[in-house]
Amino acid sequence: MTASITQFRHSAFIAIKDVRLQTALENATGRFRDARAAALAELPDAEEMRDHLKTIRANTIANLAEHLETFERNAIANGSQVHWARDALEAQQIVIEIAKAHGVTLAAKSKSMATEEIHLNHVLQEAGITPIETDLGEWIVQLAEEPPSHIIAPAIHKTKEQVAELFTREAGRVIPADIPTLTAEARRMLREKFLAAGMGISGGNLGVAETGSLVLVTNEGNGRMVTSLPPVHVAVMGIEKIAPTWDEATVWLSLLARSATGQPLSIYTSIITGPARPHPGPLPGGEGRGEGRDPDGPREVHIILLDNGRSKLIGTTYEEVLQCIRCGACLNVCPVYREAGGHAYGSPYSGPIGAVISPLLFGLEEYAALPQASSLCGACKDVCPVRIDLPRMLVELRGEEVQRGLLPWWEAAAERGAAAVMGNETLMKVAMGFGRMGQGLVGKDLPKLAKKSFRKMWEEGDIGY
Amino acid sequence: MNPPKRIALFVTCLVDQIMPEIGVATVKILRRAGYEVDFPQAQTCCGQPFFNSGFHAEAARLAKRTIEILEPYEAVVLPSGSCTAMIRAEYPHLLEHEPEWHERAKRVGGKTFELSEFLVRSDKVISDEVKSDEVKRNHSSLITYHDSCHMCRLLGLRAEPREALTNAGCEIVEMTESDRCCGFGGLFSMRMPEVSRAMTEDKLRRARETGAEVLITADPGCLMQMRRVSESANQQIANQQTANQQLTINNYPLTIKHLAIVLEELTR
Repeated sequence: MTASITQFRHSAFIAIKDVRLQTALENATGRFRDARAAALAELPDAEEMRDHLKTIRANTIANLAEHLETFERNAIANGSQVHWARDALEAQQIVIEIAKAHGVTLAAKSKSMATEEIHLNHVLQEAGITPIETDLGEWIVQLAEEPPSHIIAPAIHKTKEQVAELFTREAGRVIPADIPTLTAEARRMLREKFLAAGMGISGGNLGVAETGSLVLVTNEGNGRMVTSLPPVHVAVMGIEKIAPTWDEATVWLSLLARSATGQPLSIYTSIITGPARPHPGPLPGGEGRGEGRDPDGPREVHIILLDNGRSKLIGTTYEEVLQCIRCGACLNVCPVYREAGGHAYGSPYSGPIGAVISPLLFGLEEYAALPQASSLCGACKDVCPVRIDLPRMLVELRGEEVQRGLLPWWEAAAERGAAAVMGNETLMKVAMGFGRMGQGLVGKDLPKLAKKSFRKMWEEGDIGY
Repeated sequence: MNPPKRIALFVTCLVDQIMPEIGVATVKILRRAGYEVDFPQAQTCCGQPFFNSGFHAEAARLAKRTIEILEPYEAVVLPSGSCTAMIRAEYPHLLEHEPEWHERAKRVGGKTFELSEFLVRSDKVISDEVKSDEVKRNHSSLITYHDSCHMCRLLGLRAEPREALTNAGCEIVEMTESDRCCGFGGLFSMRMPEVSRAMTEDKLRRARETGAEVLITADPGCLMQMRRVSESANQQIANQQTANQQLTINNYPLTIKHLAIVLEELTR
């Protein structure tokens, strides 16, 4: 996936002309935006809490290696298996190897941006393993064969009518565009998948180093099913999503759902600390069940810690972006995202945070349009729970594009020329004089120069009181 | 704030070359408030367009030049929130690796003010007789105010423009998301014209929903962008009117004005 200026403009244009998409996007982002504001207003100390979380995240990233090692040690002590993946390819291979070792043909997935980032579904399919998304939004976009268009609401661009069409096709019978009916149908169809899956795949909202626990935040309970019903659970989590202790994790969780959906907490907060424990006595349900372990929970838990370009940001001007907790609040207030939609970004990460991390993680050349896809309005920074200065980073990335010669040569030449002219008032006056003479000849889209400039009026002394 | 006597007008490129009437209005307002206004003629561009598009060396040269020109004055006033933000908030950033310039940037930034901010803080906005002039108040139109991004977010100026307008006799009716970007963003409007235009249309729709006849902004960039998009919309409305179609809430001509123009008109 890439995003050149032409690709972004084209995709955004299609989104802008799509009335259904615009309505769905505007309504949903507007609801999230208002709900976030209300949820933060409920807290007596929301601003202090944001500052606190910022400090926590900054300190954690500053000592990330140490916290990751603590996490690994404690996770292993709980019986989890920890894998380190340098890049997407390594992460893919680890998942496939685990799946092959257990003869998995069907994998139930809980919503995970990290697995989107490594294009896991595609790789699983190629290896003969069918991935089924079980988050409602993710499942909708999977049925539509589209990537997610929002960090926390993957199908934000779809209306209920479009969802009904997709479900009708999947179920092979007409399903009406009524939300309770649609969710009941999804529940019925997905329940079969949970029971049949040989492996559950999840992401990780955060890992807590002091206990080696993985925390999953969902609203549908599918995360809990994915991580408890299938015999093997594989979690893919970015290396930056570590909280050293539960004290820190608590602050993180207090702001995550509030910033994302405006909920004080998501409906489900699942804490996974290793696979099913050994069970000393006889098991309910008869002999031979559970192999001497608790009947609930997977036999194996694998945690894949994904770097994929993150560690190289440490110590750079972009380190702050690793503080992101993926709440998606910046998307909901971004006027560009709210018009262009998520797909224009050509990356699983869209909106302001996507415009910064996609070029940083996946390449500035490939995602050259994204730093330009902003009016630098700053609304993202205002709502970010950790106050990441995304506008500043967009400007920095634009600077890198200039240095690496990624702008069209004529554009760079025009900018440098204009800057040189503006560096001298006489040159500027001459240039503007030519501009006045020539402006009838050029496009009517350019702003029209006034007959007489302000400085000319001033020189002539005709301003008055 | 101790009101300075002699102030510099930094008029901004867009006002100088495209909308000089805003500069004229600014000078008149300041003179009526008792200030001696100077226009340092060496001034050109604050460098913001270059800074925002990643030409940081070029922007730094313009920043230093502007600092030198503005340093001699007690105060600098601009009819633009975003250029004020460039000088006050971004110059120190841009020059942070050059300690001497960084200090000079901070000093100049400390005495640089957006027009309505300057008027409200120096409490000279409008004389009391105007404030209590009910006749004028009754004749003023219902207006709505667009918060320009850098002015409200980088400078925190939300109350000041409203106070200046209200003091002058305007009645403000707020639009939803008054601080949602108008779609200008400098070169952004040329690089991504479709998205930019869609953003502007959204802004104009929100302004129209208030029922206000006049949409006011304190930024020449926003003004230019909103006018450009609104003119074609107004043209369509005019065509519809001739076809005898009804005007609706989303569908009536909107006048878009700079804050300085409105203040000047109301303080004559």
